[in-house]
Amino acid sequence: MRQITYEQATLEAIQEEFRKNPKSIYMATDLLIDLQKEFGEARVRVTPIAESSFVGAAIGLAGSGFRVVANIRMATFGFVATDQIVNHAAKITYMFGGQAKFPILYRMTVGAGGSAAAEHSISPYSMYMNVPGLKIILPATPYDAKGLFKTAFKDNNPVISFEHMLLGGMQGEVPEDEYCIPFGEARIRRVGEDVTVVALAKMVNESLAAAEELEKEGLSLEIIDPRTLVPLDVETIRRSVSKTGRLVVVDEACPTCGAASEIVSQVVEDKITFGELKAPPVRVCGLNIPIPFSPPMEKYALPDKQKIIDAVKAVFSKSK
Amino acid sequence: MISDREILIGLYTKMLTIRRFEERVVEEFRAGRIRGYIHSYIGEEAVATGVCANLNNADRIVSNHRGHGHCIAKGADMKRMMAEIFGKKTGYCKGKGGSMHIADFSVGMLGADGIVGAGLPIASGAAIAAQLENNGAVAAVFFGDGACQEGELHECLNLASIWKLPLLFVCENNLYGVHTHRDLVLGAKEIVRMPRAYHIPSQVVDGNDVIAVYEAAREAVEQMRRGKGPHFLECKTYRWHKHFLSEIVPDRRPPSEVEAWKKKCPIRTFENKALKDGIVTSADLNSINERIMQEVEEAVKFADESPYPHPEDALDDVYSA
Repeated sequence: MRQITYEQATLEAIQEEFRKNPKSIYMATDLLIDLQKEFGEARVRVTPIAESSFVGAAIGLAGSGFRVVANIRMATFGFVATDQIVNHAAKITYMFGGQAKFPILYRMTVGAGGSAAAEHSISPYSMYMNVPGLKIILPATPYDAKGLFKTAFKDNNPVISFEHMLLGGMQGEVPEDEYCIPFGEARIRRVGEDVTVVALAKMVNESLAAAEELEKEGLSLEIIDPRTLVPLDVETIRRSVSKTGRLVVVDEACPTCGAASEIVSQVVEDKITFGELKAPPVRVCGLNIPIPFSPPMEKYALPDKQKIIDAVKAVFSKSK
Repeated sequence: MISDREILIGLYTKMLTIRRFEERVVEEFRAGRIRGYIHSYIGEEAVATGVCANLNNADRIVSNHRGHGHCIAKGADMKRMMAEIFGKKTGYCKGKGGSMHIADFSVGMLGADGIVGAGLPIASGAAIAAQLENNGAVAAVFFGDGACQEGELHECLNLASIWKLPLLFVCENNLYGVHTHRDLVLGAKEIVRMPRAYHIPSQVVDGNDVIAVYEAAREAVEQMRRGKGPHFLECKTYRWHKHFLSEIVPDRRPPSEVEAWKKKCPIRTFENKALKDGIVTSADLNSINERIMQEVEEAVKFADESPYPHPEDALDDVYSA
């Protein structure tokens, strides 16, 4: 199969959908030469650096019958427009009693590891998970990025796509034919028997690398990528935990009230799955600090292959 | 000056409808039959009326927390409005929005929004939609002097200016944000000069003179329909009630100021002039008033007799199918 980058995969998804839907519009603070060349300046707009205005304009466009993609670029800039996302986009369908549909895809990059310092290194998806009315996708591969984007585009609700800033150039297999990936379907990236590892975004790759290494030591990991956080495929995770009896959740965001906390809660709240646990679940997350700039400190703050290996071994050795 | 009697009667009827509706809302609130935060539009009727008389269902508006007047002016149904304010299942939002969040997408009323200034970006989106649809439709956004203190006004003036959006900015300058006089909190002594910095045609209008608002909006809307870009109207007006209806929070505005503005009542001013000009008789006015009173009573009756939503209806509409 052909290989394309994560970034190309997202672009292809938008191009395919824009060709089919003349009432669609893209807005971003960045010039988008490929898209603008094909669809024109009226539909592909370079906005002022004024996040509230175009993030909010997306709501008015959607409420007027358009499908909108608004690229906020970095999640840190998204905070400038949080009022429009949290107070309006998320609640407007509900508050108006379902009178209108608001098909919007907001894009934001997340993640650390690029020496971008505290403001530009953040993964705040759990803040938005806390806001009913939003759907949240977190693609970890080019294949998932394209398929989830296609679904997001067709969804009649505001969807936020969080894309890890270091995944943009990642190569991966993407079929030429069109396909969609439904929301709420986790992907089992590796089948295993001893420990379930639920990993998010770039941590999927780190976890796969950890699994390779642990296999040599006779430990078999089952790696699950939820792919969408809202809705979350709790069933697949519980099923896996029932099989292995052990759970490690890997997320580079802070642990406090994080996606990892939510996943652990959803697993242990289920009586049957709880009964199958052979060891307490463990979160492997970024430290509870703003991300520092200097490489040694930044590396120290983030989960990586070794930290995952250590956590998995600890969970395994503490088992009943 | 407009001489078309039908238009004049239409403007009057709309203003009076808003007034009577709002008076009944106040009454029902004081009787304890309406809960929550009610921001009365009494005193500002001429603005919504004069602007919306130039719009049709293809034109879209975005309102604010003080939104009942905009809804009625845009053609929303009073029964479903009142039912929403009562929190009933038959309301526009099935009781999920209440007074601050009434919307009727079928008449181009894209909703009232309770965060000051936040309607501006949403209305900008409606204006982009109108521009892309290229059918001569326009968008209008209602906001107050309070929103002129928000950054979103500047963002949206900029956006409308660079993209030549068919967006009518309607500032209802009623002098106060909650209890705070704008002179204390707004460095721009003349709001109308703010849009001019973005090369947006702007004018100050007597917001208590419905004919002045109507004519200013008509000229602006005609130009916007021809692709001439955004316009800005600063309508000077005043609300008779406190920021929101409350038995506890006192009105901190000088009583003499409130009384002086009540003497400039947009409805009474119109009546006096129309009678003097021989456009209407007292009998005409009485019959219009009676008809409106009856419509408002029917709205209250409908709201009162409608069922409350089931508690578990709260689970619906979080997402669209």
